[in-house]
Amino acid sequence: MRDQDLFWSGVDEGKLLFQKCRDCGTVRNPPGPMCPNCQSLNAAPHESNGRGTVCAWIISKHPTRPDENHRIVALIEMEDGVRMVSNLREIDFADVTPGLPVELFFAEVGGAMLPQFRPSASV
Amino acid sequence: MKNLLNQTAIAGIGQTEFSKFSGRSELQLALEASKAALDDAGLKPSDIDGTVTFTIDPNDELALMTNLGIHELRWTARTIGGGGGASATVQLAAAAVASGAANTVLVYRAFNERSGQRFGQPIGGYAGGVPGKDIHFSFGLDTPAKIYALWYQPYMAKYGVTNEDLADYVVTARQHAATNPRAWFYEKPITVEDHQKSRWIVEPVLRLLDCCQESDGGVALIVTSAERARDLRQRGVRVLAAAQSHTRNSDIMFNYYHEDLTVFDELPTISAQLWNQSGLGPKDIDVAMIYENFSPIVLMALEGHGFCGPGEAKDFIREGHIGLKGSLPVNTHGGLLGEGYIHGVNNLLEGVRQIRGTAANQIADAETVLVSASRSAVILGNL
Repeated sequence: MRDQDLFWSGVDEGKLLFQKCRDCGTVRNPPGPMCPNCQSLNAAPHESNGRGTVCAWIISKHPTRPDENHRIVALIEMEDGVRMVSNLREIDFADVTPGLPVELFFAEVGGAMLPQFRPSASV
Repeated sequence: MKNLLNQTAIAGIGQTEFSKFSGRSELQLALEASKAALDDAGLKPSDIDGTVTFTIDPNDELALMTNLGIHELRWTARTIGGGGGASATVQLAAAAVASGAANTVLVYRAFNERSGQRFGQPIGGYAGGVPGKDIHFSFGLDTPAKIYALWYQPYMAKYGVTNEDLADYVVTARQHAATNPRAWFYEKPITVEDHQKSRWIVEPVLRLLDCCQESDGGVALIVTSAERARDLRQRGVRVLAAAQSHTRNSDIMFNYYHEDLTVFDELPTISAQLWNQSGLGPKDIDVAMIYENFSPIVLMALEGHGFCGPGEAKDFIREGHIGLKGSLPVNTHGGLLGEGYIHGVNNLLEGVRQIRGTAANQIADAETVLVSASRSAVILGNL
């Protein structure tokens, strides 16, 4: 049992799931066993609407096997009130700006399904 | 609150050479550095009754004591995290001495971090689902360069710090290394152009020359009471202040979850402790050692400690303040990217040498030296 199992079980079903405290309603990420706001151990799945904005981004040029395609790694500020690490797709690196609105989709990367982000269609 | 930590002192320092292939075990490096620190202080192994190292140091305390000939350990402690805990080693040792838990504490850090397990290489297997999915690794954050660059990028974006701005720090540090015979990059200064021609590691943050080295080597130092240090072989160096700070929502590596990503959250809180303990302020610091796994952290630390205002560090560096003739010489040994990467504990040794007056790039009349690893820091001064 890992604290991030909920996140990955959601990915398996094509959903982006965060933990939401059953007692005070705080949504949290990264995953953890206790609500840092009220110390409750009771958490429920919270399905994200998948919308957020870009708050940090890099592109790796280190010659490593997993990054042969130079993925853009980004930190996304979600509307749910949490941040998460993911990848930006369907945009050139030079076109990324702080606060860029992005939306969730799922894609296979290296043989595994991962949540990914692309510029929002509806801005 | 009364500061008991300043009743302690660093009485000896020792090290091996810093290399890319030591050709001997990590335990041997720890022992050689420890023996050198004992000899420097004029102490015997049996005088040591406490040890401090890193949580991730490969050298077991009992193996070290048996080989070195320590008779009994009454205190052992290890710092959390990685290099952020470099200066915490002295706080832990000083707290043991000030409380009476131990009289003479050996701090050591030794590894074959280039010829053995390299920190900078990718952690494999996470791009897909094997061997396990992870909320950070799976998205490509599989080296420290990538992991930290994602943290530094918002700071650089906010203040318009470019990679070329970072070159000013790197060129300065390499100048310092060039005249330090202990440094791996001794007699190898670089220009801004050299920096800008080095290949990208993580765009738009880090080129190759922004990254610290991977090094083999060992360092050690000995902390005891200020009173006892007066009677030993070397001129003792007083611990004027020693602090750690770890704040909520912080993470050693994946530090993406605290409120304002454009600041290093712990720097204001740790600085408050340092100034409170010592009665000093930023203007009273003569020389600073700043832990730099990658060059951007130096800029954030200069601002976070209050040596300049938010966003001003790139100009502070460009104006020459951190050079050997500047108002605040920084990393006078060349830093971790110039001298070697012994996880930041080599910065403490340089701090001691500056107070003793024995550094390769000695700053005249250095009386107060800050040795900052951002999450832990000490101020060193005269006994």
